[in-house]
Amino acid sequence: MTSEPAHMNPARSFQGLILTLQRYWAEQGCVILQPYDMEVGAGTFHPATTLRALGPKSWRAAYVQPSRRPKDGRYGENPNRLQHYYQFQVILKPNPPNLQELYLGSLKAIGIDTSLHDIRFVEDDWESPTLGAWGLGWECWCDGMEVSQFTYFQQVAGFECSPVAGELTYGLERLAMYLQGVESIYDLNFNGLEGVEKVTYGDVFLQAEQEYSRHNFEHADTEMLFRHFRDAEAACRKYLEAGEPKPGTNDQRHLMALPAYDQCIKASHMFNLLDARGVISVTERQSYILRVRELAKACGAAWLKTEGGGVAA
Amino acid sequence: MPDLLLELFSEEIPARMQRRAAEDLKKLVTDALVERGFLYEGAKAFATPRRLALHIAGLPVKGQDVREERKGPRVGSPDAAIQGFLKGAGLASIEQAKIESDPKKGEFYVAIIEKPGRSTPDVLAEILPGIIKTFPWPKSMRWGAASREPGSLRWVRPLHSIVCTFGPETEDPEVVRFDVDGIGSGDVTKGHRFLAPDEIRVKRFDDYAPALERAKVVIDTDRRKDMILHDAKDLAFAQGLELVEDEALLEEVAGLVEWPVVLMGSFDEAFLDIPPEVIRTTIRANQKCFVLRDPNTGKLANKFLLTSNLIASDGGKTIVGGNERVVRARLSDANFFWKTDQQVKLEDRLEKLKAIVFHEKLGTQYERVERIAALSKVLAIGVGADPALAERGARLAKADLVTEMVGEFPELQGLMGRYYAMLQGEHTSVAAAIEEHYKPLGPSDRVPTDPVSVVVALADKIDTLVGFWAIDEKPTGSKDPYALRRAALGVIRLVLENSIRIELSALIRMATENAAKQIRSRPNALVLLGQDPDPTNADPHEIDEFLDVDMRVVIADQRSLRLEQGELRADLNPKDYTTLHVGPKSRADLLSFFADRLKVYLRDQGARHDLIDAVFALEGQDDLLMIVRRVEALGRFLDTEDGKNLLAGYRRAANILRIEEKKDGRAYNEQPDLQIVNDQGQIEEKALAVVLDGAKREAAAAVEAEDFEGAMRALSRLRQPVDAFFDKVTVNAEDPALRANRLRLLNSIREATRTVADFSRIEG
Repeated sequence: MTSEPAHMNPARSFQGLILTLQRYWAEQGCVILQPYDMEVGAGTFHPATTLRALGPKSWRAAYVQPSRRPKDGRYGENPNRLQHYYQFQVILKPNPPNLQELYLGSLKAIGIDTSLHDIRFVEDDWESPTLGAWGLGWECWCDGMEVSQFTYFQQVAGFECSPVAGELTYGLERLAMYLQGVESIYDLNFNGLEGVEKVTYGDVFLQAEQEYSRHNFEHADTEMLFRHFRDAEAACRKYLEAGEPKPGTNDQRHLMALPAYDQCIKASHMFNLLDARGVISVTERQSYILRVRELAKACGAAWLKTEGGGVAA
Repeated sequence: MPDLLLELFSEEIPARMQRRAAEDLKKLVTDALVERGFLYEGAKAFATPRRLALHIAGLPVKGQDVREERKGPRVGSPDAAIQGFLKGAGLASIEQAKIESDPKKGEFYVAIIEKPGRSTPDVLAEILPGIIKTFPWPKSMRWGAASREPGSLRWVRPLHSIVCTFGPETEDPEVVRFDVDGIGSGDVTKGHRFLAPDEIRVKRFDDYAPALERAKVVIDTDRRKDMILHDAKDLAFAQGLELVEDEALLEEVAGLVEWPVVLMGSFDEAFLDIPPEVIRTTIRANQKCFVLRDPNTGKLANKFLLTSNLIASDGGKTIVGGNERVVRARLSDANFFWKTDQQVKLEDRLEKLKAIVFHEKLGTQYERVERIAALSKVLAIGVGADPALAERGARLAKADLVTEMVGEFPELQGLMGRYYAMLQGEHTSVAAAIEEHYKPLGPSDRVPTDPVSVVVALADKIDTLVGFWAIDEKPTGSKDPYALRRAALGVIRLVLENSIRIELSALIRMATENAAKQIRSRPNALVLLGQDPDPTNADPHEIDEFLDVDMRVVIADQRSLRLEQGELRADLNPKDYTTLHVGPKSRADLLSFFADRLKVYLRDQGARHDLIDAVFALEGQDDLLMIVRRVEALGRFLDTEDGKNLLAGYRRAANILRIEEKKDGRAYNEQPDLQIVNDQGQIEEKALAVVLDGAKREAAAAVEAEDFEGAMRALSRLRQPVDAFFDKVTVNAEDPALRANRLRLLNSIREATRTVADFSRIEG
């Protein structure tokens, strides 16, 4: 670590923070994945978490996931809120007995000294109605600030997790703000350099926040979004059916769980956009969430019939 | 005598569950021991974020020996019987049995079976795994590799290790060995996560507690609370400030640390422009910190106290700095909400209430506000409030639900509305009503006294009750998810503590009518009368008709509706329509719910339940204030000599009547024939007849004038003539006509008392 150049220091560089976390979790045996190439609301939606959390196979992965929460857009004016932000996601299945120690090790790696900082595990039970998932765990506090979510998955897509996976989610921007001591996300030093070479988070994302806020709240084509929601829902069902094992054959594996799940993700994002546009009433809201959950459950059931889900080839 | 030490060491247990879990652990283990005959001298349980611990002092080393004598067959019985006896008693040969004799049976065998008491560690090793596996956590989870198997251990968070030792003070205790899903018991625990993470070997409670203390763990929650409170007060005092005490927060904070270190932080004074409740709520809810005030002005100071779990190497500077950052960000948010909320007037927010569903079957908050406003306007007249102010208060009462601040902190509902109302220049009573219409929130909460607040609070609660009664969502047993008992109690306290006269049944009818009208006017609603199955009969009825029967409503976006020849038609399936119980039966049921709640309330106030019953047994009792006044007057009357004797006289009359009416198979409820009294009666019955008539009329008039003391006084005049009557007059006269008339006289006594209460319900 000491040999690293100063601009890679996680306390000075946003990307330094990401790279440090990746290195740390790689050392713990995680596969380091790249972000899923679809719009999702949180790192949990990545099939490397949602689907891999199901079934008996062991699995360790870590990745950054750009996450979109259209409703959280503030036209770049709020120093703490974004409609597009980064989560760093770690999933370990089954959770090792020393997961808390591993987590604290990751904090140490990014420069949080536990003899100076007050680290606390404060009850926070996690639930995702759209994924039919829940777990127990904590918000992890550093000096009174929530820096991560720590969850032991109990159920995903309506299925009991067997074995249980441990999930860690770091809110990267917030963590970086704390490490860098800045008051606004947009002031974060992205590349750790100074002077003319310095690139801030604002340089990279402020324009996007402004444009997407306009899109999410004012201009997103709701008719198209409704249509895409229905299309994604139908496609998901269609792919699930097409992938079903053929009766009378020996191979009882499902053949298209992943493509079907993509459509579930898509439907979920369409719903989030429609929600931000304010065109879904309170009563309808519940029914949309339910429709996405049904897709997630069906995808989970299909996944459990694949090799990844534990079925022998 | 030996002690037990048990510690269950886990990952962080939610603060709110710790105290209960410690108590459960103590109860489960001591109950299981007592059940097996093991008595103990004392037990105490402890909880920290990472452990539950139990100390049981003074347990016996082993259970009691049991000696049992078992009778066997007679001496000389067939071999099969002897062998069976030996097997059953566990004897090797018949020589081990005693021979006893009995004059009837002669000589027979007796086996002495001695069961030595089991060693306490064995028994503990047997009961503890079961208690751990079925521990009653409110929420529990599985974890790790073990969770591959079904039925793996559940705990509140992963359980890591178990300490279980047993032994006397003088010797080294032994480890009680058992295994729960792969976790073996031992004598090793750990100290504070950061300050003393190494393993600690413990022997018994006497060294366990101090060893942990050295390892920066205080196992006793109450001691941690004391430490926090003491340090917090000291720190506040040093700054010339006063701690704003908060017991619930203290309890929670004590459950978040094993070694409390209280530190003081501050925030920009400019934030003090935000209402103090908002500052306190923000800092409390999000940061779990205490706030401070200036003892001279009572105003909040720009300081807060945090409780960390660390003796930091820099004295806490970094921790304070971090917390100040977060508090600053939170207060900036709060300040932003406070400022933006003020830019929209409360009345302009009402539209948004249309998007907030109050209850799926009862519509939106907007509709609710309409009903409460209509009800308030009428109620105001009875309560003596300005109807325009009451209506205004009701209209704005829920507007703050759609402010940013209440969206963020729902517990500030009402209060924020009041602040925003004051800022936009509303009448102080209107502003007060916005906050106070939720009150009283429980039996000990303050009851509002401003007439406008009282009106809106009543309207809000009556509307809630009527609504949930209409959709048949009443409290059952211990289930009361909509807090309807609390709402009814609220109505009772509002009425009684403000001495308000209201006819409840009329009020209920009015609120029901409001709701029914509103539902009928929904553009997508089809309303059917009673059980009428024909949807073509939908709607033309008057509201009065709905209130005579129940109404059924079909909402048009339900699947059962279709458009047919330009008209909405419904294929009625009971699943598709909502029956609204607005008819007389449901309303009477709600009224009797009030009667029940009033009884509970009066009983809690110390009133005699039989007197309450005696008053409720009369017809048409729906004026809460009058009911209570009558119960009080009756109680006072029965405490007097006149009252006691009249009650005795009443009972004598009622007893005789019961027996004679049964014998004759008829009732004597006609008026007595005064001619017979006059011609044949004794002087005492003449006197009674005269007084009865007068007293009854007088009592009735007094009741009419709501002078219950007067009514009682009128009745007390009956005492002497009734006593004299029973002294001198034989009811069962030879002459049947005379007898019948005397029975009618007795009936008149019964009737006279009924003007104030049903005396048959009075006990004692």
